[in-house]
Amino acid sequence: MAEPREVSCAQTARGPLTAAPEPEVSETATPSKEVEMIARVGKPAPDFEAMAYHQGSFKKVKLSDYEGKWRLICFYPGDFTFV
Amino acid sequence: MQVLSLSTDSHYSHKVWHDEELSKMVDGGIPWPMLSDAGGRIGAIYGVYDEEAGVDIRGRFLIDPDGVIQAMEVLTPPVGRNVHELIRQIKAFQHVRATGGKEVTPAGWQPGDPILKIRPSLVGNVWKEWKPKK
Repeated sequence: MAEPREVSCAQTARGPLTAAPEPEVSETATPSKEVEMIARVGKPAPDFEAMAYHQGSFKKVKLSDYEGKWRLICFYPGDFTFV
Repeated sequence: MQVLSLSTDSHYSHKVWHDEELSKMVDGGIPWPMLSDAGGRIGAIYGVYDEEAGVDIRGRFLIDPDGVIQAMEVLTPPVGRNVHELIRQIKAFQHVRATGGKEVTPAGWQPGDPILKIRPSLVGNVWKEWKPKK
């Protein structure tokens, strides 16, 4: 039996959906690769899309899927860690 | 309240961690989606991606129904978080929003404590209404 299509090795979710500010183009400066932090209290939360595991299945989830609700997003260093 | 958790692990790793370990610690398993921030691109725009370690450090962001970040907390890896403080903040922000910002919670406020109603006569008189015991 074929695996469901959603199970693939490639990461297909788009990640950040909020465009980062355009870096200033200058002939002398090399463009910085550093991604700018844009999350600030009192400012709109940057939207994103990611692959997720939820109640037995894999799906794409966007922060904006939950518009109109209070949301808590919680980053942590890794699965199977101790704290 | 919708919770989303993120780490740089793959969603496959989340599945195994959830099914083999977390579901044995939490009755019924984890109710929220566990997201994969592969490459740390989401963590980077939230200021929690550690490029040297290649992981997202502990950071949490409380977002209101308008999509505005109301609170954030970021910690280095060895110290865990305090869920009681998080719940206190959620209750306080939800109360302030429910009153249209007319009532505010002073430092150290706990659910059930007096709430300050913003008005000119309160200026210089907070001490009469707010007497922290702790």
